Amino acid sequence: MDKYYVINDIVQNFPFISIILSLFTGILCAAVKPKKAMVICFFNLIVCFALSLTTLIYCINNGDYYVYMMGHFPAPFGNEIRVGVLEALMATAFALVMILSLMGGLKHIFHDVLPEKQNYYFLMMELLYTSLIALIYTNDLFTAYVFVEINTLTACAIVMLKHSKETLVATARYLMMSLLGSGLIMIGISILYDITGHLLMSNLKESIVAIASVGKYRLPIEVVICLFAIGLGIKSALYPFHSWLPDAHGSSTSSSSAVLSGLVLKAYIILLIKMVYRVFSIEVIRGSKVLDILFVLGVLAMTIGSIKAINSRDLKRMIAYSSVAQIGYIYLGIGLGNDVGMIAACFQILVHAFTKPMLFNTAGAFMDEAHGSRKFKDLAGAARKNMWAGIGFAIGAFSMIGIPLFGGFVVKYNLAIAALSTNRAVIALVALVVSTVLNAIYYVPALMVLFKNTNPKQKVVVFADKNDIPFIVSNGVFMVCNFILGIMSPLFISLITMGLYKFA
Amino acid sequence: MSSFNEVITSFVEGTPKAEVVSKEKAKRVYKHHEMSLTERLTAMIEKGESKGARNAYTVIAVIMAIVIIGCLIYTVSSLPPFGDPSNPANNEVVKKYIMDGIADTGAINFVAGMILDYRAFDTLGESTVLFIAASAVIILLFRKKTSLEKKVADIEEKIYEDKHDVILRHGALILVPFTLIYGIYVILNGHLSPGGGFSGGTIIGAALILYNLAFGDKSTKKFFNFKVYKVITIVALSFYAISKTYSFYTGANHIHSIIPKGIPGNLISSGLILPLNICVGIVVACTMFGFYSLFDREEI
Repeated sequence: MDKYYVINDIVQNFPFISIILSLFTGILCAAVKPKKAMVICFFNLIVCFALSLTTLIYCINNGDYYVYMMGHFPAPFGNEIRVGVLEALMATAFALVMILSLMGGLKHIFHDVLPEKQNYYFLMMELLYTSLIALIYTNDLFTAYVFVEINTLTACAIVMLKHSKETLVATARYLMMSLLGSGLIMIGISILYDITGHLLMSNLKESIVAIASVGKYRLPIEVVICLFAIGLGIKSALYPFHSWLPDAHGSSTSSSSAVLSGLVLKAYIILLIKMVYRVFSIEVIRGSKVLDILFVLGVLAMTIGSIKAINSRDLKRMIAYSSVAQIGYIYLGIGLGNDVGMIAACFQILVHAFTKPMLFNTAGAFMDEAHGSRKFKDLAGAARKNMWAGIGFAIGAFSMIGIPLFGGFVVKYNLAIAALSTNRAVIALVALVVSTVLNAIYYVPALMVLFKNTNPKQKVVVFADKNDIPFIVSNGVFMVCNFILGIMSPLFISLITMGLYKFA
Repeated sequence: MSSFNEVITSFVEGTPKAEVVSKEKAKRVYKHHEMSLTERLTAMIEKGESKGARNAYTVIAVIMAIVIIGCLIYTVSSLPPFGDPSNPANNEVVKKYIMDGIADTGAINFVAGMILDYRAFDTLGESTVLFIAASAVIILLFRKKTSLEKKVADIEEKIYEDKHDVILRHGALILVPFTLIYGIYVILNGHLSPGGGFSGGTIIGAALILYNLAFGDKSTKKFFNFKVYKVITIVALSFYAISKTYSFYTGANHIHSIIPKGIPGNLISSGLILPLNICVGIVVACTMFGFYSLFDREEI
């Protein structure tokens, strides 16, 4: 028996338990009243957070990854999940971000969603979390595809749950684009199975390396790499495929926007990174031209996403376009093709996952002060009426611009270092500088509008709604997390490095 | 094209009579400022502006699609030939499924053994996809009917009942029991012969739809309403999740599983595959009928 299949510690069961538990409690939410569904959802997410954190500590102490057999049959015959430092780190972070995003927008969930459908919101959120961690942990391409499907449907449902004309149109566009991406991924998996006969990532890598060294099936492998890159690119809103994002993220209720931009986009990028390291192997990927394409698209996303954000007169759409630009940084890091770039990309996943939900939740709080309007002209001075949210927005904006002390700066610094050792250094550095300036051009005016003193008699209010304790707590924790990510970045970068080296 | 706005409006706000009743609700939901996207879309379509751009867009889209189709067909032509025994897909995985399938899973039908035992985790995900799809349609279309609407529906039902579509009713009376029994047979013999939960559930769903079409809503609701739908779907999926949790846990920790395999070939054999087939069948049948019912009358 393979040494990795020996389970000698109860902790090794935790990832599996968190997947099954979120799936089971998610299904239960359909049968109960909204308040109970909320309790079940938070209970499950907190348990999953604790389980993932324990797994992370276990993996760090153990220093190695392990493979967990889903059933009585070892891997090529049955299913398996693979748990390492990077996977556990991402699962922990995702659980925390999900809890905080739901808390931050709790008031809006109960306001925006029809009362008889509120339990379905928590159902979709739980199943969304199931699919996210299953995508992170899985070691099998077909399991990945099944959970991509779950992710697609639940992500569309949480946009649709705010009943309005705008969200329906946005959901329709999102569903079309997302299904197109799933279709491309499916075609890719079929071709890959045809030329290798495997679905398990480690076996796939073996056969692909063997095939590539002989020089057989060169065209199909190239096509499959492109199909995966484009399919996952559509789903993670890479620049030319981003058209669905501003509407879907801008129109939905604030928790949905937070989870969609903070987590859903990232799960696909993690899948892409897994494909690069664990399926195609980094050598084969470097031999193909796909890294150049991803690099170019990343640079375009960084600049054009920011320019679109500058042109928008709507707070949530601006933040949504900013996501397009921030996703560009991740693809830039992947496109550089070296380990430092990949580590910076992974760290950007974490930074963006903690910053963007905070921005969306505070935007939701500002909208309350402007009677639900998202237009900048109505939002003038909103931060003075809700200083706590204002501070959160400012911290998020500083992190996104890349001011030292915050995570965004560390990402840009590492991307610059990664770029210096490649032959694309000039383009990457110019893109980083231009994009930073562009980020400042839209975040600073937004801050100035929000903190504008429109009415001198109006006193500064710290907490607009003292009864909304979930938002106050979640905003505070988000701020602390952003500081921690910025100040303690060496710790996280070393964890990511540890995980990535075990990936290859 | 002025009807575009109306279509969307009626789609969101429901029929006018519903709006009168739930004005309070409507106020609450639409308090937020919105419409920017729809307004833009309608304006664009109504004015017919950028017609040239749209034509160019269509032409480019068609050309792109043809190029991509060509690329994919060319790729397929360089794949291994279909049905060749030396293909990479015919490897040790397939051999094990065929050689050890009966001993490992107790199922004569290898496909059932594969999807419900070897790779049961994927199938758990697949059944959840169906559940999520049904839930998403419920979110989109389900609407609590007002008393007025219920009265209208009752009257409509009576009108149609009086007309007695004799041929349909008699045909359904003969067909429905046989279809149901056939569906149940396919599910129960899923581990012995081709079929199983997915195909059998579809047959049962079709029988339910036929029954509903012939005998109306009222008689269907006597045994299948929203509550029944919710309870049996959730119980089936929960049973699947819990029983498979046990099976995964024992498998991964190398603990002996107490679930007996039985004698291959018997109806009650092959461990969990039979109950799981029933669960999948229930979920599929409910989803089928749920889709039909929701799209037809916005309720189950």
